[in-house]
Amino acid sequence: MATPVLDKVEAESAASPYITVTFRIRRFNPEISDEAIWEDFRIDIDPKERVLDGLHKIKWDLDGSLTFRRSCAHGICGSDAMRINGKNRLACKTLIKDINPEKPITVEPIKGLTVLKDLVVDMEPFFQAYRDVMPFLITEGNEPTRERLQSPEDRERFDDTTKCILCAACTSSCPVFWNDGQYFGPAAIVNAHRFIFDSRDEAGEQRLEILNDRDGVWRCRTTFNCTDACPRGIEVTKAIQEVKRALITRRF
Amino acid sequence: MKIHKYDTVIVGAGGAGMRAAIESTKRSRTAVLTKLYPTRSHTGAAQGGMAAALANVEEDNWEWHTFDTIKGGDYLVDQDAAEILAKEAIDAVLDLEKMGLPFGRTPKGEIDQRRFGGHSRNHGEAPVRRACYSGDRTGHMILQTLYQNCIKEGVEFFNEFYVLDQLIVEEDGVKKSAGVVAYELATGEIHVFQAKAVIYASGGTGKFFKVTSNAHTLTGDGQAACYRRGIPLEDMEFFQFHPTGIWRMGILLTEGARGEGGILRNKDGERFMEKYAPVMKDLASRDVVSRSIYTEIREGRGCGPEGDHVYLDLTHLPPEQLDAKLPDITEFARTYLGIEPYTDPIPIQPTAHYAMGGIPTNVQGEVLADNSTVVPGLYAAGEVACVSVHGANRLGTNSLLDINVFGKRSGIAAAEYSAKADYVELPENPAELVVEQVERLRNSTGNERVADIRKELQETMDANVMVFRTEQTIKSAVEKIAELRARYKNVSIQDKGKRFNTDLLEAIELGNLLDLAEVMAVSALARKESRGGHYREDYPNRDDVNFMRHTMAYREVGDDGSDSVRLDYKPVVTTRYQPMERKY
Repeated sequence: MATPVLDKVEAESAASPYITVTFRIRRFNPEISDEAIWEDFRIDIDPKERVLDGLHKIKWDLDGSLTFRRSCAHGICGSDAMRINGKNRLACKTLIKDINPEKPITVEPIKGLTVLKDLVVDMEPFFQAYRDVMPFLITEGNEPTRERLQSPEDRERFDDTTKCILCAACTSSCPVFWNDGQYFGPAAIVNAHRFIFDSRDEAGEQRLEILNDRDGVWRCRTTFNCTDACPRGIEVTKAIQEVKRALITRRF
Repeated sequence: MKIHKYDTVIVGAGGAGMRAAIESTKRSRTAVLTKLYPTRSHTGAAQGGMAAALANVEEDNWEWHTFDTIKGGDYLVDQDAAEILAKEAIDAVLDLEKMGLPFGRTPKGEIDQRRFGGHSRNHGEAPVRRACYSGDRTGHMILQTLYQNCIKEGVEFFNEFYVLDQLIVEEDGVKKSAGVVAYELATGEIHVFQAKAVIYASGGTGKFFKVTSNAHTLTGDGQAACYRRGIPLEDMEFFQFHPTGIWRMGILLTEGARGEGGILRNKDGERFMEKYAPVMKDLASRDVVSRSIYTEIREGRGCGPEGDHVYLDLTHLPPEQLDAKLPDITEFARTYLGIEPYTDPIPIQPTAHYAMGGIPTNVQGEVLADNSTVVPGLYAAGEVACVSVHGANRLGTNSLLDINVFGKRSGIAAAEYSAKADYVELPENPAELVVEQVERLRNSTGNERVADIRKELQETMDANVMVFRTEQTIKSAVEKIAELRARYKNVSIQDKGKRFNTDLLEAIELGNLLDLAEVMAVSALARKESRGGHYREDYPNRDDVNFMRHTMAYREVGDDGSDSVRLDYKPVVTTRYQPMERKY
């Protein structure tokens, strides 16, 4: 006998309260036109499903050319950051019921990065800023035979900023970044923080100098957009403030 | 078409690919081709830990770890490989720590360790704390740390390059790897990478199931590319179903939840695992726990109005412990189910999780063309490969270990090979197959749709070759897959463009899944016994006389161009552990 669960699951979803929602999606395909347009799609969906499920329904049932990135579908890989009803979110962590399905749900690419097609943007400048802060442990002297020791308190000090999945939701929600793509942006600073406050790392001074740059941490205007946007709940603005303070006091 | 030349090409940038890249970039000119940005890889979704007998918190040694791995794999593990895995685990963890990985720490400042399924003290006496972890995002930290070190080493990535073909050339009667052919997603351009050595590290095949913990992108691309070019696939009937996926969605909730004291309960609140595994209880091996869950459900003790799931109960654990040790999975329960794990149990069901089988390799990561012949210049590591360290059922935390140990080994072996080998001359028209495949899909006017065929495939796989299998269910899967493969020939896509054509990509991925599903079902049909993750209700016992052997599946092409699966078998390497009855 086959594993018994699946037919029942099917039956239940068939009985579940599907609602009709409108997705209003910003479309852009330079192979077809230089202009971006809004396009509406109406689909039936269970409000407990994710915006990503809605995008899949559109792609799989209505228009195969709708283009977006996605992979894990549960908020870990960072592929599907997009602007949903005007706010940066991960499509796979946003349930339909939580974003007022009565009105059209608007979906746009994240801002401040060049749109390549539909919801796909050029991530290269974002990753370049990340690489620029030297996001790797730097130590001096001989390596110990066993692990380096680190107290639970020292480990806890930078725990929050290790959660970053590089989705760019924070950086692309930052008004400073929108106006000036040269700014490192919150994500790069978060990842510098992750090493500056790691007791094992010995390149804190170097990283601080990088962020002391004209395009560095002082550009931050503390609007808290980044903290609101982070799908991992990282206190991004707080991390940026800690880096600023470390620059002044040289204590970290 | 562009032609590139590298010493070493790595296909895939998850844990195994990036661990290999760190080694091979130091030793040879290396390119990493990856269909996703490296940090999007599914290694990042692994949660609970990475096993190594560090003995930081209690007595442990690598020999016990070896035994647990072999027993966990129901004795289908190659024991020489398992020894290497357990022995090199210790350095693999220390390597990562030195690269910067922020492991959880003991009060003394050493790497902390937690319990995990199937890992025991002294050959099964009691659970042991062997899993090194970083909260419940160990895989995320491994992926980030390896990517960071790839940046440090200057690894050259080709992001969103999708490898569609493995070039194999016969020289003096020996099959050799000449390179790969890749499709650039951004432009639609086709690239040939000539390389002395190629390492496949492209991950699993879990997307042929419907309820799965796997990412949308885990479509067996590496396995399919090699299989189509005559490389066998080993032990594909062995697939792991993780006991605790979120009900209906399949999102993984780590075994570490049970390692921290979580308990599985049926609708009567009973801790049912005590019946099935009196010693290890909720921490028995995953195949045992998944079968126990479905046994409870089938016997009417499942939860909910449909009786189709059980509960993972964390409510007796202090909220501070959940916040510190299991923050991500408790948030998944809140986000996707609207459940508060402090006070309410979480509905779960087994979810398709991990392919034990794959491209056969030896312990250096060299790919085998048959039971013993190495394909010069071809390597594989991680979930795409079958060494075999996981046998019929992988232990939790052994996959993060596998990618590090065998990623490193294959990276070194491939770079050393390319340092002394010559390029194999490319075939006359190296991109022919890929050009033909892409053009056919782009120009097809057939009336079949990718989404329909994929849905039917996933439904038949879930219904027929999941936790419980019989001759009848597997046969119906084989028939259905044959029908779907025939219909796939008439599949067409709507997006005819060149730029970021993910419509085309999904069609290609579906073709890979169909080929691999066929191999899996045919392999499962022939294995008339129950072992590890392969459970046959019509043959409920393990049969060491007839089936203590690895399955080797080959693609056979008939004169009319039709293809079929031919099965052969390979002996298991046994060193010091004779098969015993498996009890937890």
